[in-house]
Amino acid sequence: MSDIQYKAAKTVREAVGLMAAAKGKGYILAGGTDLLVQMKSGARTPGVIVDVKKIPEMVSVVEKNGAFTIGAATPAAVLGEHKKLRKAWPGVIEAANLIGSTQVQGRASAGGNLCNASPAADSVPALVAAGCIVNVAGPNGKRAVPVEKFCTGPGKTSLKTGEIVVSLTLPKRPKNSSDAYLRLIPRTEMDIAVVGVGVSLTMKGDTVTDARVGLGAVAPTVLLVDKAAKALIGSKLDDAALDAAAEACSAACKPIDDKRGTIKYRTKIAGVLLKRSAMIARDRINGIEHRGHRPV
Amino acid sequence: MAKIHITTTINGAPTEFLCEPQQTLLDVLRDQLGLTGSKEGCGSGDCGACTVTIDGRLVCSCLVLAPEAEGAKIETIEGMADGDTLHPLQKKFIEMAALQCGICTPGFLMASKSLLERNPNPTETEVRYWLAGNLCRCTGYDKIITAVLDVAAEMRESAR
Repeated sequence: MSDIQYKAAKTVREAVGLMAAAKGKGYILAGGTDLLVQMKSGARTPGVIVDVKKIPEMVSVVEKNGAFTIGAATPAAVLGEHKKLRKAWPGVIEAANLIGSTQVQGRASAGGNLCNASPAADSVPALVAAGCIVNVAGPNGKRAVPVEKFCTGPGKTSLKTGEIVVSLTLPKRPKNSSDAYLRLIPRTEMDIAVVGVGVSLTMKGDTVTDARVGLGAVAPTVLLVDKAAKALIGSKLDDAALDAAAEACSAACKPIDDKRGTIKYRTKIAGVLLKRSAMIARDRINGIEHRGHRPV
Repeated sequence: MAKIHITTTINGAPTEFLCEPQQTLLDVLRDQLGLTGSKEGCGSGDCGACTVTIDGRLVCSCLVLAPEAEGAKIETIEGMADGDTLHPLQKKFIEMAALQCGICTPGFLMASKSLLERNPNPTETEVRYWLAGNLCRCTGYDKIITAVLDVAAEMRESAR
């Protein structure tokens, strides 16, 4: 009835070979929480499904000289249970842990969230704020892509045929750094972001010395908002700086009008979430914990 | 197209089956292995009625391909009771009427068991968030949440 093939690759090289041979009909299976839904709806019809979860480097977290490299298919639940990673990048982890239910968390991965290329992907604004590097392997070798350049439009990435995302690297943190991610949804859980904002800060005393801002669900791809970061850098996160950064976020929005939120609403909320995320990141630098509702 | 031969462990029992590449684990459990306790509600990972654990991790079996079961340890609702002795959560769900039509119940039980194994003392809010991926259209959830909290308290008491 079908000519779909299932292959469990054991190495990155094998996965790349299978994807290259599939000539555009190959799909990587990480957690499958998007792919299986898309297959069932007929939105995607793979020729070859390449399961990458038997490749050790794609399902593990490695720390080296303060930088964390996250296997692209590592389940979000595993990321949340990694204490050192959560301590260094609480915003990235809270973003990944907001995707779907407990059951979805057991499967869904940050790499899959990125490759699905939804403008509303929860982990991506936090990864953009974190300055994440996407490690890509392909028939012509490896390359590294800044995460904000990875997606090119809704459902579209810069991956070429045969290329796969192997891992995501979060750089070494300077002292007194932290991050936060907030999204707005009409419910409290199990929904898709109307707006999502990730903020990463480094401070010296009460002054911001470095900042990055990622903005989701308000444009065809997740945006790196340099102007918002510039408004924060050098400030003490006073009202004037927060207002200027919020304004920069709102100005960067190019959202659609849909049932989840109007253009006007999304544009306003982008600024509101920027302010709140920045203040949570600052709290974390000052040792004040902000945790979600996950019991473990 | 040749079927794929899979060797796995389900509720502690070594199990083999043949499947199509795109078949879901849920379909194999129900249609081939006769394990019909796991239900198909939505088929898209939203309702949790098909919840099982794979290598100890809670997942929706409708979003797992059957070939992924190779070499894995799977637990389903059929493995929850010990022979005729119900698990404390199963007993409590009956006692407190934490179910009506029953379609969502296997998923709620699997998810609740997994929660209490990881956190024997969850708050009400934590239980509600943990179970947010299990939908029930009958009970209004309160009886389910109360049952889980009661069992947690009883299990803590008996572990003393």
